[in-house]
Amino acid sequence: MLTLLAWRNLWRNRSRSFITMASVWCAVVLAVALSSLQKGVFDHLIANVVSFYSGYVQVHHAGYQSEQTLENSFPLTDSVRQAVLSAPGVVHATPRLEAFALVSTGEKTRGCMVAGIEPDGEDRVTHLKSKLVAGAFLHERSTGVLLAEGLAKRLRVGPGDTVVLLGQGYYGSTAAGKYAVEGLLRFGSPALNDQVVFLALATAQHWLDAPDLVTTLVVSPRKPAETESVAAGLRRTLPADFETLSWQEMMPDIREHIQTDTASSAIIKAVLYLLIAFGIFATLLMMLAERQREFGMLVALGMKKIQLARVVLFETIFITITGCLVGIAVSIPLVWWLKEHPIRFSGETAEVYERFGFEAVFPAALSPSIFVNQAVAVFIVGVLLSFYPVIKVLSINPVEAMRS
Amino acid sequence: MKKTVIDIHNVSKVYNPDTIPVHAVNNVHLHFEQGEFTALVGPSGSGKTTLLNIIGGLDAPTQGSVIINGTDITHLSANALIRFRLHHIGFVFQSYNLVPVLTARENVEFIMLLQGVSKAGRERRVRELMAAVGLSDKMDVRPAQLSGGQQQRVAVARALASKPQFILADEPTANLDSHSAANLLDMMAQLNRDEGMTFIFSTHDARVIERAGRVITLVDGSIASDTARVETGV
Ligand SMILES: Nc1ncnc2c1ncn2[C@@H]1O[C@H](COP(=O)(O)OP(=O)(O)OP(=O)(O)O)[C@@H](O)[C@H]1O
Ligand SMILES: [Mg+2]
Repeated sequence: MLTLLAWRNLWRNRSRSFITMASVWCAVVLAVALSSLQKGVFDHLIANVVSFYSGYVQVHHAGYQSEQTLENSFPLTDSVRQAVLSAPGVVHATPRLEAFALVSTGEKTRGCMVAGIEPDGEDRVTHLKSKLVAGAFLHERSTGVLLAEGLAKRLRVGPGDTVVLLGQGYYGSTAAGKYAVEGLLRFGSPALNDQVVFLALATAQHWLDAPDLVTTLVVSPRKPAETESVAAGLRRTLPADFETLSWQEMMPDIREHIQTDTASSAIIKAVLYLLIAFGIFATLLMMLAERQREFGMLVALGMKKIQLARVVLFETIFITITGCLVGIAVSIPLVWWLKEHPIRFSGETAEVYERFGFEAVFPAALSPSIFVNQAVAVFIVGVLLSFYPVIKVLSINPVEAMRS
Repeated sequence: MKKTVIDIHNVSKVYNPDTIPVHAVNNVHLHFEQGEFTALVGPSGSGKTTLLNIIGGLDAPTQGSVIINGTDITHLSANALIRFRLHHIGFVFQSYNLVPVLTARENVEFIMLLQGVSKAGRERRVRELMAAVGLSDKMDVRPAQLSGGQQQRVAVARALASKPQFILADEPTANLDSHSAANLLDMMAQLNRDEGMTFIFSTHDARVIERAGRVITLVDGSIASDTARVETGV
């Protein structure tokens, strides 16, 4: 009957119960939408930037990051590859041999960045195949090159044409080779689109006279969120003559951008929670004032305060839980809609993103953890607040309560 | 010899002893036996409510003892006092007696539920009591749909439901028209006669005072007179 009493009380002042519930679900919906959008923006941003080229984590010979030369390369032995692949959270690792060079057609010459890759492995990590816009992709024994579209345009070459690569090989030898253009790749980032050239790893090693050497192992974690822990795991397991960098370290400007944005939205969320907390608190105060005499009467009759407190707690928690559930129920289609109808940034923000080389269009992230986290946060606020009436009820003086 | 239900010994109550002391009740000695039908009268501010609250264990006296069925309730802990009220004392308040979201039946049943009475026992007793207060046809109606007099009858039924030693009623007729007040008093008097239930009620109403078997007059917190009449009730 205590539950019945609580239940009936919920219906006693329907509009108040409804307003409280509505403010709870509004809070959940707003918090979820905000977090989902933000996570969507960041996931999209990171996935874009990382899949351009860098990958989430890179392993180099120690010192390569600050001085990117062949002298800082390392022999890719099976044991190194195994050590990387068996580190916790690692799913893929693909090697690259990177060097700066000149690419020439005879008439025109351009500076470029050459990367010798394992074509299939590279595709798994950076989805390189999806960037192919003309010709054919590389395979392991390819002796040709893939050119970025912008670079090809400047050189006025296409699939079937031949280019010459001129560079500095291992220990200063001159590296020169003639290669057929097998295909063209389109990159969102202008920087990449105007300067990258891909070869099969073996071909690149041969060209640079650097047998078995690579400069980089690009590592894919199981989940983007595990980037830091994967990097940390690699740092622990690999010998000291290797260095491991996460994308945050390779691209500190993007990390900073994300941190600033996260901080400002945390403030927005805090304000949101505070507003909702005041809203709920106000209705609790109203409820207490209205039922003061009833509470006093019940305690006077002989109802234990703890029983009464249970009734009141049940009511507020019921409202909070229902509000949270409705909030989740409403946010799922909303977030789904925001995912299907991505937000398109314009103006300055858009320019920033375009400078990074991709469209400023962001689908919301549909992530269960966001729903759960925000609902739990709002629920905790609700539960903490509902202790106020409980304390009031526990300290009630029936004579005074009835006189009021 | 009749059984003593309440023994009040040298009870005083001083409000605000540190600032402006109000001597609401002064050195009161009283003795109530089972089956008494007592009116507590006196001018406004004479201490009727204070005294009833002390007898009912709702307020603690500044001095003195209140012994109910051999238990000195002034020495009980707060929780023990709540339990004592539940099992030994019936209350009818002046207003706002009933839980608005519960029906008449549920309001009466509620107190027995708190006492842990079985469902069958509760249902039987609710029906009996609602019949006794003449509201068998209003069992499933919420308080808001009952008249003030009917609400007070439900409150009396509820007070009886817990099988208390006695029922305290602070101005139970204050918010009723004279017809409803007379009806309520008739009903209380009948319960007093038929079931031997002890009632102590405070009132200003002369017609209510007429029905009492014993009239205690308080003036400035002291007992000015305490007269018993031969015939109780109507
Ligand atoms: N909580 C309190 N604090 C201070 N003084 C109080 C308090 N309650 C009652 N009093 C005072 O104690 C005295 C007795 O009050 P009480 O309410 O018992 O009188 P009463 O006989 O019931 O009056 P009424 O007929 O108006 O109901 C009054 O002077 C009143 O002002
Ligand atoms: Mg009074």
